[in-house]
Amino acid sequence: MAELTYRDALRTTLIEEMDRDPTVVLLGEDIGLYQGTFRVTADLLERYGPRRVIDTPISELGFVGAAIGMAMLGLRPVVEVMTWNFSLLALDQIVNNAAKLRYFSGGQVEAPLVIRGPNGAGVQLSAQHSQSLEALYAHIPGLYVVAPATPAEAKGLLRTAIRGRNPVIFLENAALYGMKGEVPDGEFALPFGRAEVVRRGRDVTVAAYSRMLHVALAAADRLQGEGIQAEVINLRTLRPLDVDTVAESVGRTHRAVVVQEQWRLFGAAAEIAASIYEQAFDQLDAPVERVTGADVPMPYARNLELLAVPHEEDIVRAVKKTLYKA
Amino acid sequence: MPADLRDARRWYAEMVLARRFEEEAERAFRRGKIGGYLHLYSGQEAVAAGWLAELRDDDIFFTAYRDHAHALFRGTPPGAVMAELFGKATGVAKGKGGSMHLFDVPRGFYGGYGIVGGHIPLATGAAYALRYLGTDRICLCFLGDGAMNSGSFHEPVNMAGLWGRDGLCPVVYIVENNQYGMGTSVARASAVPDLASRFAAYAIEHERADGMDFLAVRRLARRVIARVRSTGRPYAVEMLTYRFAGHGAADLFQPYRTKEEVTKARAHDPITLLERRLREAGVLDEAEVVRIHEEAAAAVAEAVRFAEESPEPDRDELWTDVYG
Ligand SMILES: Cc1ncc(C[n+]2csc(CCOP(=O)(O)OP(=O)(O)O)c2C)c(N)n1
Repeated sequence: MAELTYRDALRTTLIEEMDRDPTVVLLGEDIGLYQGTFRVTADLLERYGPRRVIDTPISELGFVGAAIGMAMLGLRPVVEVMTWNFSLLALDQIVNNAAKLRYFSGGQVEAPLVIRGPNGAGVQLSAQHSQSLEALYAHIPGLYVVAPATPAEAKGLLRTAIRGRNPVIFLENAALYGMKGEVPDGEFALPFGRAEVVRRGRDVTVAAYSRMLHVALAAADRLQGEGIQAEVINLRTLRPLDVDTVAESVGRTHRAVVVQEQWRLFGAAAEIAASIYEQAFDQLDAPVERVTGADVPMPYARNLELLAVPHEEDIVRAVKKTLYKA
Repeated sequence: MPADLRDARRWYAEMVLARRFEEEAERAFRRGKIGGYLHLYSGQEAVAAGWLAELRDDDIFFTAYRDHAHALFRGTPPGAVMAELFGKATGVAKGKGGSMHLFDVPRGFYGGYGIVGGHIPLATGAAYALRYLGTDRICLCFLGDGAMNSGSFHEPVNMAGLWGRDGLCPVVYIVENNQYGMGTSVARASAVPDLASRFAAYAIEHERADGMDFLAVRRLARRVIARVRSTGRPYAVEMLTYRFAGHGAADLFQPYRTKEEVTKARAHDPITLLERRLREAGVLDEAEVVRIHEEAAAAVAEAVRFAEESPEPDRDELWTDVYG
């Protein structure tokens, strides 16, 4: 075990995979000479040369599409989008090509690539740089959507993503890059579609992912002080989505709160809440609560930005509502 | 016999087969046997035939949705293509792709694509991969004149120009300028109608050539392919051609062009032209022409029979090929 930042966990995994497999190549804007916007690819150009660490023009559609073509021919590209906001320029390539190639070719081709980069709200970066776009991608069959919350998960899930046979939307979080944590050495990998019960508790199930996991854990601490025990579940991947683990937990707690940073309408929490109703309706003692970002483009002003994203106290309030204590 | 006529008879037969195949497909579309879209290639056959005739077996190619002839020229069995159009389990993509998404990966055919321009980045990356993997294989990317105006054209083509400096992008962009993108003519869609010259902006060698004369296309293809294979640099060719049929089988009235224009163009049919060349050279006679047409008709009838009699995909297939 080593103590690594989320950023270094990603970088270490890239190095391990590139050392192991010469077909792993990296593409993206400023990932080479500039060392990467969030320094996930620092020094990799020097290590692997410009054939494997490809600095691209500002051409999201072009380089994401080219990476899909590389994957079709046997390479394993890992593409960095500077932020997921810019992935919208490549949405056509991701949705209309990567996700569907296997299907409409009747299984003749596959596109094993990873598209990674920071998702979610930044520090007053405002509307075009602070979006949480996971629902957009999680809606698409043919894609995997992964959102690691810790350095260990960053490593374990990235390894699985790179070695897999499918296009993976790998959502990092800018606010987590500096976070430190224990990371298992070597071949450590985590399967997709398996949520983790991070904290046990008998009173309510709180399901979250990515940065919101940490907000949920902080809320659980605070609730503990008031004698309320929250069970916290880290979803890790949104597609595949591990509904069973959530439903089982609800079977024990009989209450559920789902937390997401993204907009409320048609978001991941709506899907998870619906799944809880389908699988554990009889177990519920209260309606499922959703804690979400506000349904607005992200404002620039600090106070408004703070209002637009979920906080500990929002989760505390939602939990109390499920306990009819609010 | 001159070298380039040696197997031109075979290619004449291939073109006749492709034309016949699509005529039959259109009939099947009218009978409701084929759903969705059906984009016919009649008039443009010399382009795909000329290029694919020179492509090595281990080379690869991509194209858009007007893709039946490309598959047939590459040797995909007509039955498997027709079955795909019919949405049958025996189709090239198990009936899951349909007319616009033919694939035959064992033959290097990496697909037909339905989003205009969307395959250009794929072909560009694929070409990079071929060099990266240390091969001398190359990639052809067929695209329409309309596709040249989409964003998905400029971005990868610029990257091809860049990657080509290091010999890392052996792709040939073959613009099939049939003069229309649906109902919009090149003149109304392209600020610079000399499409080949637009590749100058990306430092990609380019030329404009006749796309109706199979023998000329083939000679050009041989020269360009040899060059791209040896340099690893991209190359672009604008092939001047014409689409005889409507944009799709549902485009019957074609209000965007005159009957006279189409009639005039049809007088320059690439298949008739090749036939005339071969007859003049004394390598094809009337009896053989008749035989070739009969064989094509029989092969297509067999393909239709095969498609009709093939089973629909199993219900479980709905859920397969989503993930690997
Ligand atoms: C992105 C996108 N926009 C519009 C369409 C609708 N559409 C289908 S084919 C076509 C014309 C394309 O013309 P061209 O690239 O010249 O190819 P051609 O049909 O002439 O072979 C259009 C506009 C589409 N399929 N994809």
